[in-house]
Amino acid sequence: MPDQKPISSVNDFVVRFANVNGSGSASANELFARSILRHGVPVSPRNIFPSNIQGLPTWYEVRVTEQGHLGARGGVDMMVAMNPQTWDKDVASIEPGGYLFYDSTKPMPSTRFRDDITVVGVPLTAITNSTYSDPRQRQLFKNIIYLGALCALFDMDPKLIEQLIGEQYKGKEKLLSSNIHALHLGRDWALQNLKCPIGLRVRKADKVGDRIFIEGNNAAALGAVYGGATVCAWYPITPSSSVAEAFTNHCKKYRHDPATGKAKYAIVQAEDELASIGVVIGASWNGARAFTATSGPGISLMTEFIGLSYFAEIPAVIMNVQRAGPSTGMPTRTQQCDILACAYASHGDTKHVLLFPEDPAEAFEFAAQAFDLAERLQTTIFLMLDLDIGMNHRLCRPLKWDDARQYDRGKVMTAEMLEEGRDFGRYLDVDGDGIPYRTYPGAHPTKGSYFTRGTSRDRYARYSEEGPVYADNMQRLMRKFETAQDLVPRPLQANAPKSTKYGVIYFGSTSPAMDEAIELLEKRGHLLDRMRIRAFPFHSSVASFIAEHDFVYVVEQNRDSQLRSLIVNENGIDPVRLVPIVHYDGSPITARFIAKSIGDHQDHLKVTPLRKAVS
Amino acid sequence: MTYIAKPKFHHPGLPKNDLGYTRRDYEGKISTLCAGCGHDSITAAIIEACYELSIEPHRVAKISGIGCSSKTPDYFLGNSHGFNSVHGRMPSVLTGANLANRDLIYLGVSGDGDSASIGFGQFAHSIRRGVNMTYIVENNGVYGLTKGQFSATADRGSKSKKGITNTDNAIDLVAIALQLGATFVARSFSGDKSQLVPLIAAAIRHKGASFIDVISPCVTFNNHAGSTKSFDYVREHNDAVNRLDVLIGREPITVDYAPGTVQVVEQHDGSRIALRKIDADYEPHDRVGAMTFLQKHAAKGQIVTGLLYVDPDAEDLHEHLNTVEKPLNRLEADDLCPGSAVLDKFNAGLR
Repeated sequence: MPDQKPISSVNDFVVRFANVNGSGSASANELFARSILRHGVPVSPRNIFPSNIQGLPTWYEVRVTEQGHLGARGGVDMMVAMNPQTWDKDVASIEPGGYLFYDSTKPMPSTRFRDDITVVGVPLTAITNSTYSDPRQRQLFKNIIYLGALCALFDMDPKLIEQLIGEQYKGKEKLLSSNIHALHLGRDWALQNLKCPIGLRVRKADKVGDRIFIEGNNAAALGAVYGGATVCAWYPITPSSSVAEAFTNHCKKYRHDPATGKAKYAIVQAEDELASIGVVIGASWNGARAFTATSGPGISLMTEFIGLSYFAEIPAVIMNVQRAGPSTGMPTRTQQCDILACAYASHGDTKHVLLFPEDPAEAFEFAAQAFDLAERLQTTIFLMLDLDIGMNHRLCRPLKWDDARQYDRGKVMTAEMLEEGRDFGRYLDVDGDGIPYRTYPGAHPTKGSYFTRGTSRDRYARYSEEGPVYADNMQRLMRKFETAQDLVPRPLQANAPKSTKYGVIYFGSTSPAMDEAIELLEKRGHLLDRMRIRAFPFHSSVASFIAEHDFVYVVEQNRDSQLRSLIVNENGIDPVRLVPIVHYDGSPITARFIAKSIGDHQDHLKVTPLRKAVS
Repeated sequence: MTYIAKPKFHHPGLPKNDLGYTRRDYEGKISTLCAGCGHDSITAAIIEACYELSIEPHRVAKISGIGCSSKTPDYFLGNSHGFNSVHGRMPSVLTGANLANRDLIYLGVSGDGDSASIGFGQFAHSIRRGVNMTYIVENNGVYGLTKGQFSATADRGSKSKKGITNTDNAIDLVAIALQLGATFVARSFSGDKSQLVPLIAAAIRHKGASFIDVISPCVTFNNHAGSTKSFDYVREHNDAVNRLDVLIGREPITVDYAPGTVQVVEQHDGSRIALRKIDADYEPHDRVGAMTFLQKHAAKGQIVTGLLYVDPDAEDLHEHLNTVEKPLNRLEADDLCPGSAVLDKFNAGLR
């Protein structure tokens, strides 16, 4: 008997599934998450997986959260322990009063359990083996059977799960009925043999609304389709490969000429990241919208070309789905660790535009916008995703597109304009915004051709090693970067209910955890104004936000507080004013972590002044 | 002065091609390479080939990497866009450019350092993919711009100007191109314009990956005794298997040679190559035979030149990718964006 009172919670708990990679558990676990959504209750699932295809431990965590807290919470209320390899650690990670669900076919010694948790045993292997003879079926249906048992334990509506299975196997009657059969095998066993429901329950609510459930990589890929990308070159690397794969699938669906069946896109799986970015730059130079998707090691390889894109002023879009570095780092773990590597990528003086989407909806919007920005600014635009946004399903607002929207193809001098006698200097700043005109190759028989090079050149693209000519060009590039400030997505600010001397800056996937942390901090009596940075170069409001506060916390998911360094460096801010809050163990940042780190710091600030204490 | 513009004056009686352009219309800036550089002869051959083919001078995209050879696109086709990209990366840039607009002619100019060392991978993969291009390597066996280091095509046992003997094995780009499936493979010598010009012309008209290795002596760093890429050495060891004429349209073959010595190859676009056989046994449609022939002659220290392999029915990357006829860079939002109704349906599938 547990000596701790079992946790009792409706629509607010964390279930973690401990599985073996390659056992087919992923689809059953995802089905579990989706079925809770169908109850009208928001969920936030996360894959915790190894850099491996078969055999190593993998976890799937589902945060059930009627309040809509989509960040990772930390802690586990129920562990579905299906992996003997990780049993001890899994059991140890359960919150006091939590629940352990396991396959009770083989008896386990009592020493392998804890006395402060509720143990729920279901003889999954026995049920499966008595029903199925095919080994693969046994493995797959075992997953559905535990899903059925959970349905009973959490008091979920089986009709909603059946409906989802029906949608998934539409037209495949045999698979459909066998999955539903397995679901009820598990559910019936639990209802007959266990005390159902347990303290953790799912109750129908109406908190999901019209939101969609999608992975960031998929949304970003669709953004590239909507943004008019026609050329994609990529090299497989976790966690970005699913961007190119999703782009391929979307193109197959949406980008074939109905009459001829021909493709309005070209996708090349290149030999490496150098070739990927080379193809992107060649295509963009020639007037197509092109992108690549990669992760940290790929960025390192691409840097020479990124410098060329900056200096020769060639559009490029790079989607960087960040993972824990340095070097190979932790390929399947999340971080926001390439901020500086991307902002200043390449040798010499360079600066690049970075976009920081917070979720799949923004990943879609920013991906599409990145192509406008790349052509407008004639430079590389980084879409800074990370594994947490990219490879997990996230509940977010539906994707939107305005049909009146036209692409901004930037400053392109056409054959007609050349014919009119317009002065064409490839690096000539005619409008004072630092952005010159370009021509597409083959535009005109006698006018508008130029030689693109990574070497220094004058305003008319003629090779030059003259100091003043070089400096003139470098200054114009700075002006162009200043222009970018007003073109990129602006920071979003939300103020505390009462005026406060403290602020917090955060970005990207930290967003949901930050929102939740603000609530926790307010409960603890700490008020903070917050600013979510959505792009680099920083808008002027970032500097004023910092100026308006005594201290500003900068919350990020890397060791060296890279965004803070970038802010200090670019805005000449006194570093003392920016307090780093860093989380970098490869797991997604949690509200608990942020609230504790900031709260502890705030408590220190609230030391009673000495004079008051002695008087 | 860091660049030299070429005066535009020319004799009013200069001959014109079918489009009304003179040779001068295919020229570029004045070369800044050393006097007598083999690369300048290749530049002249490219100009001649484009003039002879009556190509619109602005419908070519000239793309190169880094090095002496890669500077040359500035010296021809001044009305074409050029792109002097990154060392060893011409093939990827060209591939991207080609995907963006299938209507232009793509001329990739590279050197032996650019293609056999730093860019060996990109060379290989662009050939593998069958990018529709003419890939010319101006091969001098030496790093010229950095003053005379061996390149990866330098033969084992050859001597550098400083007297050092090369102990590494040489890479034969022609052999590699054949192995990787290039559909037009040739070797020539910058000192043999009559062989080189028609080879370049035929390569441009070839649809698919055309590769030409042009031995091009470096007069400053690799033209001494002991070098196997010097003018004298190449002249002495040149073993031409054939010479060719490129015929556009249907005009009869006028070259007057003994019967049986001319072989006509018709390419995809209707252009024909008349091959005058020098080696009667050499068969330019036999990839495996070509590879064996090359190996045997290389072992004897001979440099085999001519059109070594051609597949007149080659496919290119666009065919493999099944892309639309209209260049991708001319597609607009109407062609590319699925619109809000599709998006609403997409959203509905994710609930």
